[in-house]
Amino acid sequence: MRTGFYPGCSMKGSAREYNESLMAVAAALGRDLPEVPDWNCCGATAAHNLDRDLSLALPARILAAAEKEGMNEVLVPCAACYSRLKTTRHELNEDEALRRRIAGLVEAPYEGSAEVVNIIEWLGRIPDLEGRVKKPFARKVACYYGCLLVRPAGVVRFDRPEEPQSMDRLMKKLGADPIDWAFKTECCGAGFSVSRTDLVAKLSGLILEDAVSRGAEAVIVACPMCHLNLDMRRPNIEKRAGKKYRIPVMYITQALGLALGLAPRKLGLQRHKVSPSALIVPASAQSAAGSQFASGDSPASAPSSGSSAGSPAATAKKVD
Amino acid sequence: MTLARIGVFVCHCGENISATVDCAKVAAEAAKLPGVAHSVDYKYMCSDPGQQLIQSAIREKGLTGVVVAACSPRMHEPTFRRACAEAGLNPFLCEMANIREHCSWVHEKGEATTAKALDIVRTLVAKVKKGKPLQPIQVPVTKTALVLGGGIAGIQASLDIANAGHRVILVEKEPSIGGHMAQLSETFPTLDCSQCILTPRMVEVAQHPNITLYSYSELEGLEGFIGNFKARIRRKARGLDETLCTGCGLCTQKCPTRRIPSEFDAGLGLRPAIYVPFPQAVPNKPVIDRDHCTYFLKGKCRLCEKVCPTQAIRFDQEDEIVEAEVGAVVLATGFDIKHGDFFPEYGYGRFQDVIDGLQFERLASASGPTLGEIRRPSDGKVPETVVFVACAGSRDPAKGIEYCSKICCMYTAKHAMLYKHKVHQGKPFVFYMDIRAGGKMYEEFVRRAMEEDGVQYVRGRVSRIYERGGKLVVKGADTLLGARPLEIEADLVVLATAAVANAGAEDLAQKLHVSYDAHAFFAEAHPKLRPVETNTAGIFLAGACQAPKDIPDSVSQASGAAAKVAALFSRSELVREPLVAVVDRQAPPVYSSCVGCFLCQGACPYQAIEKEEIRNRDGGLIKTVAKVNPGLCQGCGTCVALCRTKSIDIQGYSHEQVYAEVLALLNRGEGDA
Repeated sequence: MRTGFYPGCSMKGSAREYNESLMAVAAALGRDLPEVPDWNCCGATAAHNLDRDLSLALPARILAAAEKEGMNEVLVPCAACYSRLKTTRHELNEDEALRRRIAGLVEAPYEGSAEVVNIIEWLGRIPDLEGRVKKPFARKVACYYGCLLVRPAGVVRFDRPEEPQSMDRLMKKLGADPIDWAFKTECCGAGFSVSRTDLVAKLSGLILEDAVSRGAEAVIVACPMCHLNLDMRRPNIEKRAGKKYRIPVMYITQALGLALGLAPRKLGLQRHKVSPSALIVPASAQSAAGSQFASGDSPASAPSSGSSAGSPAATAKKVD
Repeated sequence: MTLARIGVFVCHCGENISATVDCAKVAAEAAKLPGVAHSVDYKYMCSDPGQQLIQSAIREKGLTGVVVAACSPRMHEPTFRRACAEAGLNPFLCEMANIREHCSWVHEKGEATTAKALDIVRTLVAKVKKGKPLQPIQVPVTKTALVLGGGIAGIQASLDIANAGHRVILVEKEPSIGGHMAQLSETFPTLDCSQCILTPRMVEVAQHPNITLYSYSELEGLEGFIGNFKARIRRKARGLDETLCTGCGLCTQKCPTRRIPSEFDAGLGLRPAIYVPFPQAVPNKPVIDRDHCTYFLKGKCRLCEKVCPTQAIRFDQEDEIVEAEVGAVVLATGFDIKHGDFFPEYGYGRFQDVIDGLQFERLASASGPTLGEIRRPSDGKVPETVVFVACAGSRDPAKGIEYCSKICCMYTAKHAMLYKHKVHQGKPFVFYMDIRAGGKMYEEFVRRAMEEDGVQYVRGRVSRIYERGGKLVVKGADTLLGARPLEIEADLVVLATAAVANAGAEDLAQKLHVSYDAHAFFAEAHPKLRPVETNTAGIFLAGACQAPKDIPDSVSQASGAAAKVAALFSRSELVREPLVAVVDRQAPPVYSSCVGCFLCQGACPYQAIEKEEIRNRDGGLIKTVAKVNPGLCQGCGTCVALCRTKSIDIQGYSHEQVYAEVLALLNRGEGDA
């Protein structure tokens, strides 16, 4: 099994910390993740609204490059990229004439041999993950899957589309306590992040409210877009809701990295708008909380929100 | 061979055949075949004059065989064989050459098509020349019916057959008959009490002199064929002597293990370890639930034994196998509704107040756990808002169930109505896809729910249900108001979960050699014209084991199946076609070419091959050979293919006949082989 890695634009830009944490975790687990050579844009959001051929050709070119490199699967951590690559593979596998035409367009012999896997699938396959955990991530977490990881069900064939469990199982392995909540796959506002920030504020606000009201201490995500809306748009969310939400949003790779005992900085945890520092303060160094990061506001000084679950005081106690 | 006088009759079938096949030419060419004494063509051979054409030729020309070149034998072989028999020719010396389905319908007009028609005729002429006169097989009919399943369909079928004067064995796997209908509160569209109309029928079954009831029993195996089945029935150990038990109920009152979810109350009520499922049960005899009984778990207690006034308790009782000979079987094993982890998005199975239709029936039933008051399971509160979700799983390819469950539109309207009748200030909502209320007084019933009882119908689907502050938040859309998203805070949610086949349906179908569909519903022989028969002769269908059905439909089908059984039992003997396997027998000193290896015996799917000992006059054994029981043999030919000495033949499809057909094709145009 040779696994290639397709970063896409997010991992190199807005979701750098996702990439950093993935690389750190992969190294710690002894996994080699070579990038697909000469990769291109997956075409997400724009291409399939404009031109079907283009929307298939862009991912097909990526997969063809992976095949040429002898990779039998490609890890695609970004959920949007995953959706595009997975959909393309599905459609070209279903239609031989289409496969030949698209292969002609990208001038590469695309065969469909390389499987497309998402981050949950990839991590889920690692044997004895529990055994490698050094610092159990003993928190109540809300596993947020978003829309693209599990849908369309017939294409991705991954987990249950309405009430997925795979991320919850993974978090349990890390020592976390995933909550049973209703917003696992509700819309966060996705691409409206830029054009209709008001919508994002409303939809993402509902997600945070439910997670917080059920006592979650962190939202765990596996999609740069979800992270963007839940983390970067926090001021908009709070303004609309008229209340503060302190609950941090972390990538699954970051939670895993912490559980593996990696340094927060290596996991890019300082890059978040809502600092997760309260979750990573070692019991012995409570006083140092907040000082580990150059950037990020100090949670110790932040006012406690209505729901105390995410507040540093409450969480620090639980570390013991 | 020289004596063969074959008649060939080529049919035009209007233009069905003559449009592409030159029928006159086929008849003329066939006349030249060796052994053919007579050959004509005619526009409609199956018509009365057409049949007379054949009959007069048989009489006048002294024909020894007939080939009708026309449609498929499935269509008219019986017609022409009957005509031949009337004219004095053995019907099995009449063969059909299928030049319609196999030729004219599938080819263009042309010489090649006509040549193919002639090839087919030549093949059948060669076959009929090697044919032998055969006599039909007579088999006796055992005039006892086995009815599997004691729900309303099985009860109705049993009563109808029994009232026609035949014996019935009714097998029910649960401790009591009654089925799902006994669980229902009121029935649509009349709102009459389900138990009030059902229990008299149950009692009638128990008291009918022609009906033997085996409750708490299951079919173990079925062998044989129409008119002559042998059934093995497992009577599960109730743990008591039924002849001694008076049904006083003392044991069920004293049993210390009392917190077992009641199956009859769909898990909403509790029952003891020794129990009668419901007060009107038939038979009214308890059963010991060995999975929960303290004595069976820990070896101590036996309280029921101590209190029983008639000493009827038998802890050491074992299952008993009963064998019965029956002539027909009626399958009435019913249905189930979808349970379990099927609707994670609706929290079904996780939230106590998200219940299914059967559970609501028990809540609304006067004999139910709340004595007919609508109280939600979690805290016993009377719900102020109830959301009913129709099509929960049905008509949903994403859930793997494409079909409509048929009963849900009606029972959901009934549920909403009953709720409104009992809780006047209550607010019922129904989410639906379409309302399918085809049936006498059905549409009117649904209208009544909407217009008189003020049930609010929302056309749209529910996307998610979750708990928030003691309420169930139901998220959906109202597609008649521009797909407006809708959120209703409900106290109770009732899902009309899909009606599905019973868990054991597939196993049972395989046991009985009955076909079933992709959802394990038993398949009827023809969807329109043979809806109560299966493809296996002598096995009939009644009720929801065939497809989801309401009570009127189940009862109608049950009576239909009973009529079929009564028709079968109206004769004392059945006539079967003699197209069965026979083992070679010949004069001494060979007696039979069979060497007695009995490879055929293991291969026979119908257990039709027996051992026969050939003895001399002094009783000394000469040899043991195979013998086919013509009553059991289905003529499949598996034994023929396996026989190493070619000692088995199928009558009507003998080796000789098949070789003659093949050679006639190979030696095309070169005369007789």
